[in-house]
Amino acid sequence: MSLELRGITKSFGPLVANDSIDLFVADGEIHAILGENGAGKSTLMNIVYGLLSPDAGTISVGGKELNIQTPTDALAAGIGMVHQHFMLIPVFTVAENIVLGHEKTRRFGLLDLEKAKEEIRRVSKEFNFDVDPDAIVETLPVGIQQRVEIIKALIYDAKVLILDEPTAVLTPQETDELLKNMKNLRDKGTSIVFITHKLREVQEAADKITIIRRGKVVGTALPSASQEELASLMVGRPISLDIKKKPAQLGEVVLSVKNLNVHDVRGRRLVKNISLELRAGEIVAVAGVQGNGQSEFAQALLGLEELVDGEILLDGKNITKANVRESLHAGIAYIPESRELDGLIASFSIAENLILDLHDLEPYAKGPIMFPNVVAKEAEIRVKEFDVRLQSIQDPASSLSGGNKQKVVLARELSRPVKLVVASQPTRGLDVGSIEFVHERIISERDSGRAVLLFSTELDEVISLADRIAVMYAGEIIAIVPSDTSRAKLGLLMAGVRPGTKASA
Amino acid sequence: MKSIFSKILAKISLPFLAFALAIFSGGILIAFSDRTVLPLIGSPWKFFTAAVHSAGNAYLALFQGSIFDSNLAKNGSFLKGFYPLTESLLIAAPLILAGLSVALAFKAGLFNIGAQGQFIFGAIGASYIGFAYELPPILHVLLALITAMVFSAIWGGFVGLLKAKTGAHEVIVTIMLNYVASFFLLWLLKTKVFLRPRAINPLAPPVHDSAKLPQFLGSDIRLNIGIFLALIAAYFVWWILNRSTWGFRFRAVGANAAAARTAGISVAFVTTAVMSISGALAGLGGAVQTLGSQFELTPDVAGSFGFDAITVALLGRANPVGTVFAAILFGALRAGGLTMQANTQNPVDIVLVIQALIVLFISAPALVKYIFRLKGLKGGASVASKGWNG
Repeated sequence: MSLELRGITKSFGPLVANDSIDLFVADGEIHAILGENGAGKSTLMNIVYGLLSPDAGTISVGGKELNIQTPTDALAAGIGMVHQHFMLIPVFTVAENIVLGHEKTRRFGLLDLEKAKEEIRRVSKEFNFDVDPDAIVETLPVGIQQRVEIIKALIYDAKVLILDEPTAVLTPQETDELLKNMKNLRDKGTSIVFITHKLREVQEAADKITIIRRGKVVGTALPSASQEELASLMVGRPISLDIKKKPAQLGEVVLSVKNLNVHDVRGRRLVKNISLELRAGEIVAVAGVQGNGQSEFAQALLGLEELVDGEILLDGKNITKANVRESLHAGIAYIPESRELDGLIASFSIAENLILDLHDLEPYAKGPIMFPNVVAKEAEIRVKEFDVRLQSIQDPASSLSGGNKQKVVLARELSRPVKLVVASQPTRGLDVGSIEFVHERIISERDSGRAVLLFSTELDEVISLADRIAVMYAGEIIAIVPSDTSRAKLGLLMAGVRPGTKASA
Repeated sequence: MKSIFSKILAKISLPFLAFALAIFSGGILIAFSDRTVLPLIGSPWKFFTAAVHSAGNAYLALFQGSIFDSNLAKNGSFLKGFYPLTESLLIAAPLILAGLSVALAFKAGLFNIGAQGQFIFGAIGASYIGFAYELPPILHVLLALITAMVFSAIWGGFVGLLKAKTGAHEVIVTIMLNYVASFFLLWLLKTKVFLRPRAINPLAPPVHDSAKLPQFLGSDIRLNIGIFLALIAAYFVWWILNRSTWGFRFRAVGANAAAARTAGISVAFVTTAVMSISGALAGLGGAVQTLGSQFELTPDVAGSFGFDAITVALLGRANPVGTVFAAILFGALRAGGLTMQANTQNPVDIVLVIQALIVLFISAPALVKYIFRLKGLKGGASVASKGWNG
């Protein structure tokens, strides 16, 4: 069914999140809505789904104007939505989650799940979803959980499916699967609104693209448009996606890892026999599907893992058993996987966050006494250098946007005299402008003679930044390949197909 | 200037409004529990004036018992009228210290329910030094205070160590250790060392005069330097939290332990250190109570100090200045409650009801905002509604 929005306007106080937006999604079309974080995409879709009510404007489905006040209205009109953060109850089974709110009962008020299970199997088969209705949701990989959400929408006859940043949480393989499924759904007549800020996905899956910037529609495009064109429309200034970098000037060995093993408390070996050497002035990217031991490897380097054996030498110094503080001081800059959780303290001021691991060193402190004035003065310098957009350095870190939060983490970690930069998923969830900044900064770190170990699940990022690529699978580094290796070959390696063996599906 | 003023106003308005609501609701309760008021319910106006009269009298007595009594002022100088205030401060001093103990732990993300036990250990240490040794005055007090703090720091630090090494939840451990401390005290008071000669009931010998906290407003007024110790401790806690590297780590662990760990801060060390310092603060409270107003160790030396401390820290929003004011308020309610009971027919329990109502309103900021039709009043929910996840 078609979906038409006319003049949708929504303000939150002085902020106009949506400024008379018009949008037409044709029957059986994948329509991508492209925009940076905070452009107003999610607000718009929450209006369509009845979670927010617009200040002005109309919504029509299948040519009929509707008054959508609640998600129930939206569902009744055939609009389904899959949120960025799933709305599933982890300890329930797939079937239980799907019937939630629409439970059918048998005699004595007993829950009738059999019918729901049948329905799930039917939809699952029709679209090749491969979902077991009896599986407990929390035991399923993220990609499958998302399918559960999609099935939930389809079972209740959604003809217009809204997917809010569906690929943000997915691995490259899962993303490819999703895109394939989306096309499949479209071919069977479902209209899909696909919200994203990832350009490659848009080009691959969308039939039509609407670009939103600062609450306004700034243009429409076809998937044949180049990534540069799309990015420039999205950000509002010319963007260069080509990363220019000089050939690496290799120096001494900075990091030498030998036979590193990491176990978790339950005795599982998460990192297996990793050996790796890293020289000053090079970027080695560790590629791999999420959950193949990359996080544990990175944390072991910093001393965050308890059960580590093997040898880690930083500049010839053995830091295998060093604690976090000793490792940081030995010369590791650490950009953690989750800036919200591990990188920043949300309620601390930006100035305080800039000295989290330096707070007891001069000039910020002498003995036990801290000097807030010095902390503030240094913070002003850092903030300028790293172009952090903020109101005041005394504001809590939670007031910053994702990109600016990451800049604060970078400013803190890279302003120390470090030899090795360990960056885990440094651009995850960031908008195009911030990604550009982070990439430039990583290359300039390399060029200034630091060694960079980059953990990333984004193949584009790995290919464009790395001098060498180490592929991790099931806790092992199964190959170290040059950066000009083809995507196809990298994809196979990431799927665990070892070099020299034949691919077998 | 204006912004500082409005900031302070924003900070105190919620507790203040909660207090006002509690006083109002408490007044209704007082009126309804007055036997002379209720029969008048037939004629609304009489009923209303009698109710206002009844509540007004009770609150007047409360004021006279806690802040200023004009009857005392008539007989001598005006200043003598403030005798009740000195009594309020006397009660407030140990409560401030115990409250700071809870507040400091809270800032580091720890819910210290164990102030009661730590208070008891402080009292034990202070009492023992106080009666068992004969020393020159100042030295005696100092030694007693230090011993009290060491005892209770070990007692509190033990909880921190347990949490750091085994992950035992501090709420459970401190609740249980409160019982251990109470019964340990009861047993201790029956041993040869502690039982007062010829006494039948568990009671320790009185502390020597040289160990008593010096009074500074003459011998008639019981208020002693304990209140200064409490204020110094409040400044110390403020300084630690906001101006020292230790406090930075405490707050970092409290606000986000994962990020603190990633920044190289030892969460285990912070947990142990915070619980030790918290223990020492509550223990100092026990010492001030023992050496400042009770002068002898009894089984119920801690009264409800350790539990009121949690309320006080909550009311003071876990910040040292707020805790001081909250403790003084509670001290005043306790001192005034006794006078209210003596002068009017109202039981002292009404004070407990008012205390409970204050806490109730403080922990329901949305309700207070709704009642006063306030918009944009900051915060309040923070302390009351988080923290149990440790």
